[in-house]
Amino acid sequence: MVTDVPTIRTRVAEVPPQDPAAPAVPPTPAHLIAEDFHLFYGTNEALKGVSLEIPARTVTAIIGPSGCGKSTLLRSFNRMNDLIPNVRMTGRLRLTDLDVLARSTDVVDLRRRVGMVFQRPNPFPKSIFENVVFGLRLLGVKDRGELEVRAEDSLRRAALWDEVKDRLDHSAMALSGGQQQRLCIARSMAIEPEVLLMDEPASALDPTATARVEELILDLKSRYTIVVVTHNMQQAARVSDRTAFMLQGELIEYGDTRQLFTSPHKRLTEDYITGRFG
Amino acid sequence: MSATILGQKVAALPRKQPRDFAGGAFTALSGAAAALIVLMTAVIIGDVVLHGWQTVTWEFLSGVPREGMTKGGIWPAIYGSVLLVVLMTVALVPFGVGAAIYLNEYANPDAPFTRIVRFAVHNLAGVPSIVFGLFGLGFFVQFVGVQMDRALGLDVTWGQPALIWASLTLALLNLPVVIVTTEEALRAVPREMREASLALGATRWQTIRNVLLPQAMPGILTGAILSVSRGAGEVAPILFTGAAYFLPYLPTSPTDQFMELGYHVFVLATQSPDVDATKPLLYGTVLVLLLLTLLLNLTAMLLRARLRANLAGRS
Repeated sequence: MVTDVPTIRTRVAEVPPQDPAAPAVPPTPAHLIAEDFHLFYGTNEALKGVSLEIPARTVTAIIGPSGCGKSTLLRSFNRMNDLIPNVRMTGRLRLTDLDVLARSTDVVDLRRRVGMVFQRPNPFPKSIFENVVFGLRLLGVKDRGELEVRAEDSLRRAALWDEVKDRLDHSAMALSGGQQQRLCIARSMAIEPEVLLMDEPASALDPTATARVEELILDLKSRYTIVVVTHNMQQAARVSDRTAFMLQGELIEYGDTRQLFTSPHKRLTEDYITGRFG
Repeated sequence: MSATILGQKVAALPRKQPRDFAGGAFTALSGAAAALIVLMTAVIIGDVVLHGWQTVTWEFLSGVPREGMTKGGIWPAIYGSVLLVVLMTVALVPFGVGAAIYLNEYANPDAPFTRIVRFAVHNLAGVPSIVFGLFGLGFFVQFVGVQMDRALGLDVTWGQPALIWASLTLALLNLPVVIVTTEEALRAVPREMREASLALGATRWQTIRNVLLPQAMPGILTGAILSVSRGAGEVAPILFTGAAYFLPYLPTSPTDQFMELGYHVFVLATQSPDVDATKPLLYGTVLVLLLLTLLLNLTAMLLRARLRANLAGRS
């Protein structure tokens, strides 16, 4: 825990303020691995031994009916489930070389490397600018110029810059739902995470805003490892390279998205994607 | 008329809803209760304003009581009240907000210690204010103060009723209000805000500092100002701990005694040698006390409204 923090500080300091138009140095590729991962809420086993490997710089969709554990799995990768009392986890989760569940793992450091976008847009009731630089300030970045450059860069990558560049000091709460969600994505990207976890990022948005967020996910693939939880199968098919199908806490099938949707190996998968249940 | 449902004969349902007499009566009753409150407030304020407005002059506000409180003004009492309330707030708010943050953010809600603290807070809220006064006398004045004098080798300096002890007693009295309102305000911050902050790599304290406290501020402020306006009117806790019947000078040190508006009202009402001569002064003092409290409440409401508007993005 003590050894990890200085590494982060140095890394941030080394990245020079960039010209937003120039291609930025992509973050280190990172992959996620779950090995026989179980999660219990009290005595209720929500995840029953999930094993999967999510390769770097791909979009992986996790699909399945409500209550299948897809969000729970997603929120395990950045230890968000720690906030819930009486949660117990066994098995292994790894972020490249880091043992996610280890007692010695600094969750603050982990969450910096693994960003998260939530189901409902959750900007802070602060200005647009302050939302984007929130994580940067936490890292101790104080220089106004550097904050501005990084904010613009993140907003551009989130395809929001042109809509907000003239009102960065306005409250983020005045933005539309779709804009708020892209702001939240920009906010996550500002601290240069390696992985972006997205928990039904478009489910609270209208179709136009959804399309924009989906485009954004495809754009971001070259830089980040992205995991998207969705109950929308068309969305999974549109944005992801690989798809995991979960049911009642178990991983039923995991593989190439096209193959999973066109010729699934498992009967349950086929029943689900053809709409026989769910 | 009848119908058959599941093979059973039942009476047909009436076409129209029966007249709701009970509902009408209840509406009238609750409306009357609400009107009564307005009426009583109007009577109290009206009576005080009517009898008091002529007394409240610049001389009255800036003068000192004279001739056995049958003449003169109330400046020492206003000054003392303000000082008392300011000192109380300085002691109360950091302590109360800190306790609420601990209870709501750090403490395990099921731990025995947390339960005991919560139990204590709720019971503290129910203790009569005169008991706080006696506690202040026994604990702050006679224990803390006397021990301080002994330790510092002083004559009676701290070990007597004083402004500081009255302020601390009043702070203790209002502690539950601040703790409970702060806790409610923290609990009202949506879970999504906490998650957003933590997911960006914020520590618990950074989340409290940068996200929770700013959003809870309107609620915290409400609690603080509620207790201030309540503190400005409480007499019992300061009776034994520092309020003076009459002082020819203004307090200059925390160990001085002081005059206070609420206590001055009590003194004027009960201790005057000439009731008729005191009466206008009494009304005037009550009016000033009311105005002061009203002003504080108004400030609170305006401040809260502005903070809320800022949070909602309507700045």
